[in-house]
Amino acid sequence: MSQTFTIDGRVIPFEIGQTVMQAASQAGIYIPHLCYHPAFKPNGSCKLCTVKVNGRQSASCTLRAQSGMVVESDTEEINAERRTLTQMLFVEGNHFCPSCEKSGHCQLQATAYHLGMMSPHFDHFFPDRAVDASHPDILLDFNRCILCSLCVQASREVDKKQVFALSGRGIGTHLIVNARSGRLADTDFSLADKAAQVCPVGVILKKRTGFAVPIGQRTYDQQPISAPGKVAEEIRHD
Amino acid sequence: MALGEMHGEAIAGIVDRVIARYRRDSTCMVQILREVQEACDWIPPEAIDRIQSVLGVARAEIESVAGFYSFLYLRPRGQYRILFSDNITDRMQGSEALLEQLCRSLWVEPGKVSEDGLLSIDRTSCTGMCDQGPGMLVNNRAITRLTAARIEQIAELVRNRRPLSEWPAAFFDVADHIRRADILLDQTMQPGDALRAARERVPSDGLIASNMRSWREGLPSGIGGPAAMLDEIKRANLRGRGGAGFMTGLKWEACRNAPLKAGQQRIIVCNADEGEPGTFKDRVLLSSYADQVFEGMTAAAYAIGAQRGFLYLRGEYRYLLEALNATLSARRKANLLGRDILGIPGADFDIDIHLGAGAYVCGEESALIESLEGKRGTPRNRPPFPVTNGYLDQPTIVNNVETFAAVALIALKGGDWYASFGTRHSAGTKLLSVSGDCARPGIYEYPYGVTVRQVLEDCGASQTQAVQISGPSGICLSEAEFDRIIGFEDIPTAGALTIFDRSRDMFEVARAYVHFFQHESCGFCTPCRVGTSLLKKLMDKLHDRHGSPYDLGEIEKLNQLLQSMSHCGLGHTACNPVIDTIVRFKPAYEKRMVHDQFVPAFDLDRALSTARQMTGRDDSQAHLDVEQGRSA
Repeated sequence: MSQTFTIDGRVIPFEIGQTVMQAASQAGIYIPHLCYHPAFKPNGSCKLCTVKVNGRQSASCTLRAQSGMVVESDTEEINAERRTLTQMLFVEGNHFCPSCEKSGHCQLQATAYHLGMMSPHFDHFFPDRAVDASHPDILLDFNRCILCSLCVQASREVDKKQVFALSGRGIGTHLIVNARSGRLADTDFSLADKAAQVCPVGVILKKRTGFAVPIGQRTYDQQPISAPGKVAEEIRHD
Repeated sequence: MALGEMHGEAIAGIVDRVIARYRRDSTCMVQILREVQEACDWIPPEAIDRIQSVLGVARAEIESVAGFYSFLYLRPRGQYRILFSDNITDRMQGSEALLEQLCRSLWVEPGKVSEDGLLSIDRTSCTGMCDQGPGMLVNNRAITRLTAARIEQIAELVRNRRPLSEWPAAFFDVADHIRRADILLDQTMQPGDALRAARERVPSDGLIASNMRSWREGLPSGIGGPAAMLDEIKRANLRGRGGAGFMTGLKWEACRNAPLKAGQQRIIVCNADEGEPGTFKDRVLLSSYADQVFEGMTAAAYAIGAQRGFLYLRGEYRYLLEALNATLSARRKANLLGRDILGIPGADFDIDIHLGAGAYVCGEESALIESLEGKRGTPRNRPPFPVTNGYLDQPTIVNNVETFAAVALIALKGGDWYASFGTRHSAGTKLLSVSGDCARPGIYEYPYGVTVRQVLEDCGASQTQAVQISGPSGICLSEAEFDRIIGFEDIPTAGALTIFDRSRDMFEVARAYVHFFQHESCGFCTPCRVGTSLLKKLMDKLHDRHGSPYDLGEIEKLNQLLQSMSHCGLGHTACNPVIDTIVRFKPAYEKRMVHDQFVPAFDLDRALSTARQMTGRDDSQAHLDVEQGRSA
């Protein structure tokens, strides 16, 4: 018999070694997240998936489930903090949803809708981040990077290439590519790479496919990100 | 040597020599990069090419590590890289005016490289010289007691391109300033004394047997030397001196009981990444009590059965490296390190020194371990904790420099003796790094339980308005609280005690600390990375006279978020200086509440400053009338 814990009063079964996020997803419970991807080791950096356990907050993607845990997730208090984190991500980068090709497919945007984010609230940072259009098949728009490092993990672990890495520190942390020139064209990156498919926002974009799916018919135009299996599905079909 | 002219082969030669010295071990990446930079003045692309091809590490990976540390440069920063220590105490001692003076004198803008590529001048977080500031680092060499005259001399030396070895030795003098010594500082321990005393207390029944047995049998006491050593630490009630105050005995026991996988060993790490602004006690311990610290590490290794040790020394203390290595050599010669230490079969232990490269967050133990492994200093997800999964996934204990110095003392004199000092919950003594507005800044050792008032009296502080204890991540006290005591039952501290007299503006103190946290956030998690930046903007907004009560509400909101959602202690505590000073020094903030209602931080007139600079115009017509603009 498997063990259980509760999320917002609902009993969730889990197997030893599973994280709260894994057990919740399995039970069809959506916990907002951006840097988490079921295929990769949890990173725990975006903190959107923070839940409250015994009065203490912790990222549910790295938190191991324990029998009898009482987890709060979908509460106004925690969602308000998640909303603030989302606002922080919006003002830290340059996110212009109306002109972004990823609009409607973007997890950051969909999460903002889910959390009821009505404005960026904080002053925008307007960072100066150059676009890299050097690669024949792929465009890198660093303006939208939220430093989830999923591309770093995918490139390293699945593609065995190490095309991406994070450099810098603090607010200056930024994505770099594995080339002396710093240009994607000078790496061995290809459209077939796993890393080309995991970006939850619009940094890594396939060229010449713009608006193949019209706005209004896109992933999160149809169903909110909280719909069962929506995030996994989006990642699969991207 | 001008860097631009350095040939590819020369750089490759340098890289090869450095990599060979580190046995082609890519876990030494921070050390390799730091030493390549010492030879080349920066880390040129050719050096990265070579490291990539020799070690087989992806270039992005190397740049990722190099980009994390403040003292590693992927772009030329000049032959002379001057960094002014930018702690609040340096500022109180006039560092900003001196920085301006040097910039003016050498025709350089702060943060930029001079036109001829000769030098750069910038600021850096506290260099640990608060008792003899203002301080600076020139190519990582610490210079103390800056004055206008000294700055003129430095400008002249740079202008004439004199090598650092020819600069007056007095510039580099670092005094200990031990003002009050108690049991830890006031004794005459000779190298080996503590280890011999520990051995004689209970003869070992064979180190390996004892250590093997311990984790299988759950550490029965009295099974031999190592267990007896651990018992003494427990009897001493020793708590870690890094600030958190975890029971040292428990930590060691957990590490000792952690099973080893094949090929693994236990690791001892001495955390000498003393980065908390206002703290400098570890500097003094490593300058004048290094043997005692290493002896404590060796006693710890004996107790838990570790064979490998690291001293993780902050980059700012690079100047101590040669002397510390000499001490280690002497200890090896005396059989106090190496194989069969003191003739005990199986007591094998040695210590390597790893230098940091300017990252405060590496003082956090899991970030420190990441850095030791040659990576970016990002705190790990925990659990698992380092005691079971630390350096290269091996059981590791990380303790503060002062903790190990105390360990040596406990090994020498016993746990009961040690526990007789201090208070019930805080055994022994504490070193305080006292600086700021007082007549005698320096190191003060007190038994735990001393009042803040007593310390203020002893160091000659007068008209004291506030005391910041344990640096910006600690707490700020006002006069009404000076009878509180230093100890885990009241005010725990890593050791900094920074004094502000009534002439100081506590808002500006808090603002300086906020800038510090923003600069030192590792950037890993969203709340800390963006939150510290937002907090800095808010404090600057108040400073720039755009403040309203709305902004205090925003600060409170950020405080909540950073406390609950941040990944590590840096984010958790980043708002503390502001929250503490708002509570205790409200008028300093009320003065900044220029507006009743929210006003934006954006300043139209200041936005034109670039245009003014470009056109060379600064007359009244080139300015907007700010007050008028606002009412319009």
